[in-house]
Amino acid sequence: MIALFFRDLKLSVRAGGGAMIGVLFFMTVVAVIPFGVGPDLNLLARIGPAILWIGALLASLLGLDRLFQAEREDGSLDLLLMQETPLVLTVFVKCAAHWAATGLPLVVASPFLGLFMNMNELAIGATMLTLLAGAPAITFIGAVGAAVAVALPRGGLLVSILVLPLAIPVLIFGVSATYAAVEDPAPFLPPFMILLAITLFFAVIGPVAAAAALKHSAD
Amino acid sequence: MSENSLAIRKFSDLANPTRFLALADRILPWLAALAALFFAAGLWLSFTTEGDYQQGETVRIMYVHVPSAWLSMMCYTVMAISALGTLVWRHPLADVSAKSAAPIGASFTFLALVTGSFWGKPMWGTWWVWDARLTSVFVLFLMYLGLIALNRAMEDPARSARVSAVLILVGFVNIPIIKFSVEWWNTLHQPASVMRLDGPTIDPEFLRPLLVMAVAFTLLFFTLHIAAMRNEIWRRRVTSLRRQAARHAGRETLAP
Amino acid sequence: MRLLAEGLSARRGEDLIFNDISFSLAAGEALVVTGPNGSGKSTLLRVLAGLLRAESGRLSIENGPSGFAHPHELSHYLGHRNAMKRELTVEENLSFWQRFLGDSPGGSGIDLSAAAEAVGLAGIAQLPFGYLSAGQQRRMAMAKLLVAYRPIWLLDEPTAALDVSADRLFAGLVAAHLDHGGIVIAATHQPLGIAQPKTLQMKGFTH
Repeated sequence: MIALFFRDLKLSVRAGGGAMIGVLFFMTVVAVIPFGVGPDLNLLARIGPAILWIGALLASLLGLDRLFQAEREDGSLDLLLMQETPLVLTVFVKCAAHWAATGLPLVVASPFLGLFMNMNELAIGATMLTLLAGAPAITFIGAVGAAVAVALPRGGLLVSILVLPLAIPVLIFGVSATYAAVEDPAPFLPPFMILLAITLFFAVIGPVAAAAALKHSAD
Repeated sequence: MSENSLAIRKFSDLANPTRFLALADRILPWLAALAALFFAAGLWLSFTTEGDYQQGETVRIMYVHVPSAWLSMMCYTVMAISALGTLVWRHPLADVSAKSAAPIGASFTFLALVTGSFWGKPMWGTWWVWDARLTSVFVLFLMYLGLIALNRAMEDPARSARVSAVLILVGFVNIPIIKFSVEWWNTLHQPASVMRLDGPTIDPEFLRPLLVMAVAFTLLFFTLHIAAMRNEIWRRRVTSLRRQAARHAGRETLAP
Repeated sequence: MRLLAEGLSARRGEDLIFNDISFSLAAGEALVVTGPNGSGKSTLLRVLAGLLRAESGRLSIENGPSGFAHPHELSHYLGHRNAMKRELTVEENLSFWQRFLGDSPGGSGIDLSAAAEAVGLAGIAQLPFGYLSAGQQRRMAMAKLLVAYRPIWLLDEPTAALDVSADRLFAGLVAAHLDHGGIVIAATHQPLGIAQPKTLQMKGFTH
């Protein structure tokens, strides 16, 4: 299982891997927002956390469709399915590797983009923390979409369409926890705890559902 | 006439990667030493000259910031010329040059952005404003990163060369447009108070270290660029050797 | 150990691909599955590998190691595709599968360089898998069978893309596996070069 984790990590860092593309996409998406809403620093500071969250959500969806499709194309998926090790565990490890390669760089990049949005230190810290807590949930939800769409020739867009509605709760609680940290009256902990709960919930549900979908997708 | 043909011959000599490697080996130490020398002089000047009466010590950031901003643009120009070299003259080293310049350009642009940000914090009270100048440099940075990603995504250097050359040229045409549109966009919204330092026209006191640092940075760029080109040529040779090794493997052991 | 298949049938979509296939293989025996294209050779192998559910019938192991309900847990499957990553080196590919697959009880895999040697490709393990030619890639995929021990080998057109000498080399590997008490089931058009294999002629299902 550790071998699988490091192999996936290596694959996403090597040429053609998705690790760098995700961060780049994140930066570009966040960078074009001010062109749309105008360079009003106060406005940007206010909507900054939400923009960072939406950017991170879109960026982490980017490479997800390849999660199982790449394995299927070269036949590795067959061997992964055949083993006596539970498939749920295999899927979980693949999600963890995918998150470490694409989700973690987003979290690391978010403070810099926060500066572009003229956010203060507290808001940046809160965004980073909520992204760290919430981004794994997106990967786990995405794994379900990726597993469902694995046999489709053009699954990429479909994965995004399938996954985005499911990721809405993550977005809601992630953004509201961030705003709660910045604006005084609202308490930070309750929405943050719910966010953590969502992540843990999907860490269980996601791999189970994805494994079930993969088993039935075999042809 | 003869001088002209000699120049052409020299230029096409350079097309031979082996010649280039030999030349690079000879030039690099001198170039590096010269760059180090200018850096030493520039840094000494930067720290011994007086600070600005308004900005105090922070003005010294300028000696790093302005040269790197300048180089971020020069590097893109070098890449655009290389791209032309790939597409028009089919110079074999042109795509090596374009490919190896991209990370250097990105680094200088990053340096310009970071130092600008450090300067902006005490001067403007914020790390970043969506000022026309800053924004267009940031867009340039994104373009560099996109080009690097494109180069990395393609396995075959010969194929990626022409594709990224096209992209570089499109970017080169686009940059003035971006700059122009951003300025127009920006002046609509931004109060003029936070614009650039229009304050003092540059004093010779600041100009001297600035120029020395600019020369030092330029020398550094060429040192890095030639070294990076050399590495890229070596990398390609290693790749082709490995492919050759793969082709030959297993033949002799299996021969009946 | 004995591999038993009784009355297997499989269906793809609405169509029955094959019906009522039965065989029994003891340790050291090989089964060569032949038949025209579309007769269901690949489907049969995928059923044996547990990748497709059989419509009816039963697969079981007699006298095998305890704790293995289904034969696919004791099997190597070499399909049409090689299950190796182009971006990783041969060594990284093989060592990943070695560590991920692990050994079945009753044997152990050989180390990477010995496996590369066995398929006649020693010395290129540090190259990216994508640099190799189609035949070399196929041979490296066979090295995968050696690095982790599995008593049962399921091989789907194993010698496609191989030249004559590599063909012979592969026959040697199969024979060695059989000598050590392994079981081999191969779908192929070419003779495997094994002495007296059992054969199964797939005719396809006629309506």
